[in-house]
This record gives sequence, structure tokens and C-alpha cells, in this order.
Amino acid sequence: MFSIHYFASIREQLDSDGETLQASADISTVADLTALLAARGGAWKLLEDQHAVLVAVDQAVVDRSRTLSGNEEIAFFPPMTGG
Amino acid sequence: MTTMIRVDVQQHDFDLAAEYALVRDIALNPGAITIFSGLVRELQNSTSAGQSLTLEHYPGMTEKALQGIAEQAADRWPLSVCRIIHRVGTLMPGEQIVLVATASEHRDAAFDAAHFVMDYLKTAAPFWKKQTTREQDYWVESRESDHQAAARWQPRSNPDNG
Repeated sequence: MFSIHYFASIREQLDSDGETLQASADISTVADLTALLAARGGAWKLLEDQHAVLVAVDQAVVDRSRTLSGNEEIAFFPPMTGG
Repeated sequence: MTTMIRVDVQQHDFDLAAEYALVRDIALNPGAITIFSGLVRELQNSTSAGQSLTLEHYPGMTEKALQGIAEQAADRWPLSVCRIIHRVGTLMPGEQIVLVATASEHRDAAFDAAHFVMDYLKTAAPFWKKQTTREQDYWVESRESDHQAAARWQPRSNPDNG
């Protein structure tokens, strides 16, 4: 099971702060998971924009080629603006 | 050198004098303490009434990211203390938002480490700012200049060593 979180402008655009998603053989990388979510259409398609959306796996920012085992915490969020 | 690292993410304000006293108290032979405080700016192109800044963050990852940035600073400079406080929630213009304090035997290390922590924190810790004005609410965009500021601390490859 993937535990997925959405933050800031992404959360607002998707109108969701997160969900759980059943792991499957189709999802072996972050890119696979993102494609599955983007296939929902509408605002979900924006998750595929690598410049506008960062991805963290188990609370560390990763490349989209990062492999997944099926029980990670995933987060999608815009570039950070702290300080 | 062992560096005492302390990181807090909190809604409530912090007391600059109390933080200075704490760092001074726990630092080992401090010849220099640098304290940086960041404040919420008032936007000049909008009426001041109704302005606020709301900080969202990713609980859990935020603390890890700040701890990681402080550890990088401690690896790079001889610090006895590295302290970070970052506030979240809704803040008004003029309020304190972030504190970085570093202690070292010498000023260069204390200055540079605090500067490094602030530059990294802006682009590598999961905080997002939403600006509210009387007219509109909008998410603050990530700035290229902030990424450039962080990038200049990256070690340059030495041509002599390939």
C-alpha cells in the first residue's frame, strides 16, 4: 500500500490532501505511479510536470526513476519556498 | 568537533534574546555567534490592511530536512552549536518567521554556516508560503535567485584532481 500526500498548490488543484493506493506489479517506479495518477485526467495531469512538481519518497526528494517496493510514503508538492 | 544541533518547527514566536542566551550558554568556547532572523515583509504594492503570510509544511519531512541541513553545516564548518527555528501557520507583516544561530570559535565559520543554512533552507526544506492580500490569495513562486544562492555553496570540482 502506498500512502500518498499532496501539499500546497498541488493539494488545492487536486482538491485532495492524500490517499492510499494499492501496490501493483504495474507500479515499479515513481514515474509509473505518477502516470497512473495522471491518467485520471484534468488537474491530475499536472503531476507529470517535473519542473512544477517535486516528489518525495519516504520524506526525501527523489528522481522519478526511483524504484518503489510498494509500501512507501509518497508526496507530491511544488518547489519549496521556506525561509 | 561535536556540534549541538537543535531544530524546531513551531507556530509560536521565538525570543531572540533567550535564543542568544541559550546558544551562548551551551557553545564551547564561542568566539563568535551569528544569529540571523527572517521577518515577514509587508508588500509595498498592496494595501497593508489584510496582508498575511501562511506557511504550510510537511510534518516529519520538515524536521528531517532541517536536521540534515544543520548536519551538512556541521560537517563543513567547526561549529559548536547550530540552531534552527522555523515558524508555520499564519503570520502578519513584521513577525519573525525563521531563526538560524551558529556558534564557532571564529567569525568566518559562524557567518558562513548561518548563510549556508539559510540559503539551503529556502529551497530544500518542505515549506510553502501563501500570500494573502485584501485583493487575492496566491502561492509564492519559487525564485531562481534562491536556487542560485543555494547552488553557490556546492563544492566546485577541482580540475587538478580530475
